[in-house]
Amino acid sequence: MKLGKNKLGDYGLLLTFIVICIFVSIMTPKFLLPQNIRNIMTQISINALLATGMSFVILTGGIDIGVGSVAALAGVLIPGFCKYFSELSPLSYVLIGLLGSIIIGVICGGFNAIAITKFNVHPFIATLGMLSIARGLAYVYTGGKPVFGLPDSFGWLGQGYIGPIPVLVIVMILILAIAHVILDKTVPGRYIYAVGSNEEVAKLNGIKVHRIKFMVYIISGILSALAGVCLSSKLVSGQPMIGSGYELNAIAAAVMGGISMSGGKGKIINTIMGLLTIGVINNGMSLIGVSSYWQTVVMGFIIVGAVSIDQYKKAQ
Amino acid sequence: MPKQNLLKIRNVSKSFPGVKALDAVSLEIYSGEVHVIIGENGAGKSTLIKIISGVYQNDDGELRLKGKLVHFTDPQQAIKAGISVIHQELSLVPDLTVADNIFLGRELIKGKFLEKKEMNQKTQEILTSLDLDINPEEKIRNLSTAKKQMVEIARSVSWNSSLVIMDEPTSSLAKHEVDSLFKIIRKLKSENVGIIYISHRLQEIPEIGDKVTVLRDGVLIKTLPVIETNEAKLVSLMVGRQINNYYHRENKKTGKIVLKVESITRKSHFKDISFNLRKGEILGIAGLIGAGRTELLRSIFGADKIENGSIFLNGKLTNFSHPVQAIHHKIGLVPEERRSQGLMLNKSMRENVSLPSLNIHAKKGFVDKLWEIKASEDYKKKLQVKTPSIETTLKSLSGGNQQKVIIARWLAADSKILLLDEPTRGIDVNAKAEIYHLMNDFTKSGGSILMVSSELPEILGIADRIIVMREGIITGILDHREASEEKIMTLATLDK
Repeated sequence: MKLGKNKLGDYGLLLTFIVICIFVSIMTPKFLLPQNIRNIMTQISINALLATGMSFVILTGGIDIGVGSVAALAGVLIPGFCKYFSELSPLSYVLIGLLGSIIIGVICGGFNAIAITKFNVHPFIATLGMLSIARGLAYVYTGGKPVFGLPDSFGWLGQGYIGPIPVLVIVMILILAIAHVILDKTVPGRYIYAVGSNEEVAKLNGIKVHRIKFMVYIISGILSALAGVCLSSKLVSGQPMIGSGYELNAIAAAVMGGISMSGGKGKIINTIMGLLTIGVINNGMSLIGVSSYWQTVVMGFIIVGAVSIDQYKKAQ
Repeated sequence: MPKQNLLKIRNVSKSFPGVKALDAVSLEIYSGEVHVIIGENGAGKSTLIKIISGVYQNDDGELRLKGKLVHFTDPQQAIKAGISVIHQELSLVPDLTVADNIFLGRELIKGKFLEKKEMNQKTQEILTSLDLDINPEEKIRNLSTAKKQMVEIARSVSWNSSLVIMDEPTSSLAKHEVDSLFKIIRKLKSENVGIIYISHRLQEIPEIGDKVTVLRDGVLIKTLPVIETNEAKLVSLMVGRQINNYYHRENKKTGKIVLKVESITRKSHFKDISFNLRKGEILGIAGLIGAGRTELLRSIFGADKIENGSIFLNGKLTNFSHPVQAIHHKIGLVPEERRSQGLMLNKSMRENVSLPSLNIHAKKGFVDKLWEIKASEDYKKKLQVKTPSIETTLKSLSGGNQQKVIIARWLAADSKILLLDEPTRGIDVNAKAEIYHLMNDFTKSGGSILMVSSELPEILGIADRIIVMREGIITGILDHREASEEKIMTLATLDK
């Protein structure tokens, strides 16, 4: 039996989400407080950036498991760079962060894309390499120590508000909206789906497949770097060890939401549902008092469960 | 040897939600006989086969194997009872050897170890008994499609099958491979094996068939001895009406040269190919599988690189390095394998039709969805594509309709030259006629077609001129008025 699809992705996932919300709010009424909702939004915003980049890559039939390491690399390089200046305005730091993310993203994503397209390295292996390389470079750059001594204004991006809404949440919403428009309404977006559906067919329809792959790995690189910048701003420091394991959460959000691992199928709205569901599960577990170690275990089961459901749906 | 009643099918019916696939079908299969089953896509052939082989269970009626009532609930039971199927999509494991595949699931073992020598020997015995020149230790992926099929047949023999069902066995075989296949079938017949043979290739029936059954819309129309039939009669039984002038050859004038190919070469695929294609012309390319025809089309389209030579489009030099350039110059390619090369099966007709034209109709990078929908609806109507809507995924469409979607794509892209690679392969009679009609309409309004086909009657029926290729070179170019099957086969096979 096919689960119906509406604008919010599968009814199945929506139902699951609602059930989880009800369950958690019964277990702890703190769940529904506006303060907690804001917490959830902030907590998922970092993963949202990674998951969006991951969605682009998975849609072409690839994978990027280096996102956490690229985030860590950007998360130490950018603060390190900012230390050369005396205190700047919050917006200047945001600008530096954006430009820096683009540069780091193009380099790391480009490296992945070259390995994958020119040398035919499987995306898993190529990005596994980047996972090591970027993490290693982060340690090399910092000598293993965190980057401290940044002014408070550096923390505006990660901790600040515009009105009642955290800046991070605004960044997340902007990125998700842009991603949605690109995938749903533009020609490059269609090409991404075509490549994920069948590369040979895409080529025979005039699509430059390598160009599309470059595009998605660079997007993933840029968004990973941006996530690292946001994290470092939140912590007002650069931590070379951060982001480890973040790739799992990013993949979980995308796949659980309905992006198919074999490529060519899924929308950003799916990723959003995945992010919300995972965010609510994590937040719920924390509120109930589940240790973060057990939370990791639960997350692992969720990922396997999500991909299993994806495979089952494919067979229908 | 007297022919035994091997399988008696009586009043078998099978329904699926919304459709009655088989309606009280009764027929008898005899041992030592080739019983051909024909019918359009959707007629019920594959449902019938699946019931006989245990994949489906019939809702009504009964099956009697050698007089005994049988009711298979899974394919393994059918195999044990002596029924095996050789499917269109071959079921061999590519990275294992011939012997491995033949003994798969019932390996000969000594304790915990495989008796490889024994299995190879026994496999060699089976292959020799069928007169097959195949090495038991060869990996399946290194064999040609024809040889793979032989291995499947050898496997059925090793299972001691008394009834072998062959589903479209010749659809990817060249003439000499078909002859080898028929030799084996005759050998099986002489050993009293009963054969059910499904095919769209009506011209083969008199060569290999003893009886023929026509199915239409789940109903058995007629069973006849083959000697009492002819192609026209069979077609009208399948379709329910007379089809005259199947290929619709029309008198038309061809114009100036639109495509000029001069001495193009692609190492180990084709060499020194030169020909012209004129406006309004259908130029057929005949030859055996492996002659380099598909590679030729792909190179003209820019999907593969040529190493030498020049291609001129309306007088302008255009050696394309990527299909995007060919498409820009209004050329379209309908590939050989529509499912793996032609279509995004998990996407809709709309998305498939619009794909190469998206950038032309885009507004500042944004897809013009209105154009997309209109173009798809237009061509759905014009080409009579049978699909619930332009948003339905193509996976569920029949082969003929899928092929129409690919053609619609290039018409929507305003193509002036169409490169067709086996455009009617695996498509039923009605859909074929519709595609020939489309081809004629296209060329009548000034388009040109370069068509690769392995079906000689088709090429002789619709092409204006015929290029014949053999092992990568052109061995002859014939006008349709002077061409014949013998002439083409001679050019396609004999050494000069």
